[in-house]
Amino acid sequence: MRYTFLLYTDPANLAHLTADDWDAEKQLYGAYIQDLKAAGVFIDTDRLHGSDTATTITLLGGTERIQDGPFADTKERLGGLFMVDVPDLDAAMNWARKCPAARFGKVEIRASMMG
Amino acid sequence: MVHSAHAAEAAARASYGRLVAILASRSRDIAAAEDALSDAFAKALTTWPTGGVPDNPEAWLLTTARNRLTDTQRRDARHVPETDVPEMANPDLDEFPDARLKLMFVCAHPAIDRAVHTPLMLQTVLGVQAADIARAFALPTATMAQRLVRAKSKIKASGIAFSIPEDADLPARVAAVTEAIYGAYALDWLAGGDTLAGEALYLATLLTQLRPDDPEPLGLAALIAFGQSRVAARIKDGVLVPTHLQDTQTWDHRLIGHATAMLSRAQKMGHIGRFQIEAAIQSVHANRANTAKTDWTALVQLTDALHHLYPTLGSAVAQAAAIARTKGAATGLVLLDQIPPKQIANFQPFHATRAHLLAMDAQPQAAHAAYQDALKLCTDAPSRAYLMRQIADLPKT
Repeated sequence: MRYTFLLYTDPANLAHLTADDWDAEKQLYGAYIQDLKAAGVFIDTDRLHGSDTATTITLLGGTERIQDGPFADTKERLGGLFMVDVPDLDAAMNWARKCPAARFGKVEIRASMMG
Repeated sequence: MVHSAHAAEAAARASYGRLVAILASRSRDIAAAEDALSDAFAKALTTWPTGGVPDNPEAWLLTTARNRLTDTQRRDARHVPETDVPEMANPDLDEFPDARLKLMFVCAHPAIDRAVHTPLMLQTVLGVQAADIARAFALPTATMAQRLVRAKSKIKASGIAFSIPEDADLPARVAAVTEAIYGAYALDWLAGGDTLAGEALYLATLLTQLRPDDPEPLGLAALIAFGQSRVAARIKDGVLVPTHLQDTQTWDHRLIGHATAMLSRAQKMGHIGRFQIEAAIQSVHANRANTAKTDWTALVQLTDALHHLYPTLGSAVAQAAAIARTKGAATGLVLLDQIPPKQIANFQPFHATRAHLLAMDAQPQAAHAAYQDALKLCTDAPSRAYLMRQIADLPKT
């Protein structure tokens, strides 16, 4: 079953990180990706630019509207995602709690409707 | 007659959860499994009286429900083939000894809202109707039904496995299941029936078999067994009888022996837990059958430990009630008055206990008012009769 981990963080929780801290973070994510690959569950991952750079488009109501910014202005921002292929929710939860993003923010687990 | 109807009901309950678990194990679609099973039960009601009861009614129900489920899935284009129920020409139900156990772990899964664990278990494992569950939880039927539907959709969509959790997760998962079983048992206790308590004891015993070295499922099973041993003594002439006044001759001494054995096994494992303490409290009451008097000093120690380690409103009230027996009603009342009034506004045992202690403390007028508060919160007929008798027995001023 495919699961997507949506990584949400409050930028305030990251404000204290130094350049060295960020390097260490990158290493942690690299190791996490290696672990996922070694276990044969890795599908994809991405790290997104800040939500202040987002562009939102909708055709809702019949006309196209373009918004400069994220669709919802929340404290916690979607910063990245992982896609994994594991047998069930317990396995997905076990990988999600190992995700480095869980220490500074929240990892939302969503199962794929496509199986 | 009543007995065989009872037995049939219990058997149907036992089958229900097992069959739901088997039917939903691969697709994780509990709602579809329940629909198919209720169709199978309906078919049994029309065909068994004329055609005779099959040799293996449970296997018949499973086959009928499975065929029904497969038909529905074929007709319903939204279903992908992989959710098909496994084909079994001759289902051997003994291959699924722990099917209900797996379903219990699904119901008490940490990804499911804790408040829904017990209702979900009552419905899917024990086959209790949503309307009855709603009444027990004092919620509108539509609200409860909605929560159950949502939980079942989530189980299916999010891929919660019908399996025994891995060793690392097992202690926490077992704790959630024991809590949910206790929820079912406590509910039944208030409603005054005994059928569900018997089922709760069965479910707790299943857990003890899975986790023979975990003291809390044993403590829970012992607690329920002690409670069950007094079913015949709890109500006399339609009036509730408090444990310390019950006729010990009418207790089930075989069940007390069973409960005592389970509790001492749990205690030998060397780590304390909430259900063990609660069972120990009940074992003190049970011991009155041997000593002819209640050991209130032991009860004070145990309720004190319970309240310090696992504080709840119930433990606070139990502690006050016990201490009133050894140190006087005034001491108990002081403890009761420390509980914030907002918390106890709708907690019937608080008002009943406070009324009792006020009566002991020679304050009949205040006792009268407190009994009235308790009565307003009490719907159970034997408990109401008890409270009204207490009011009638107050000295006239």
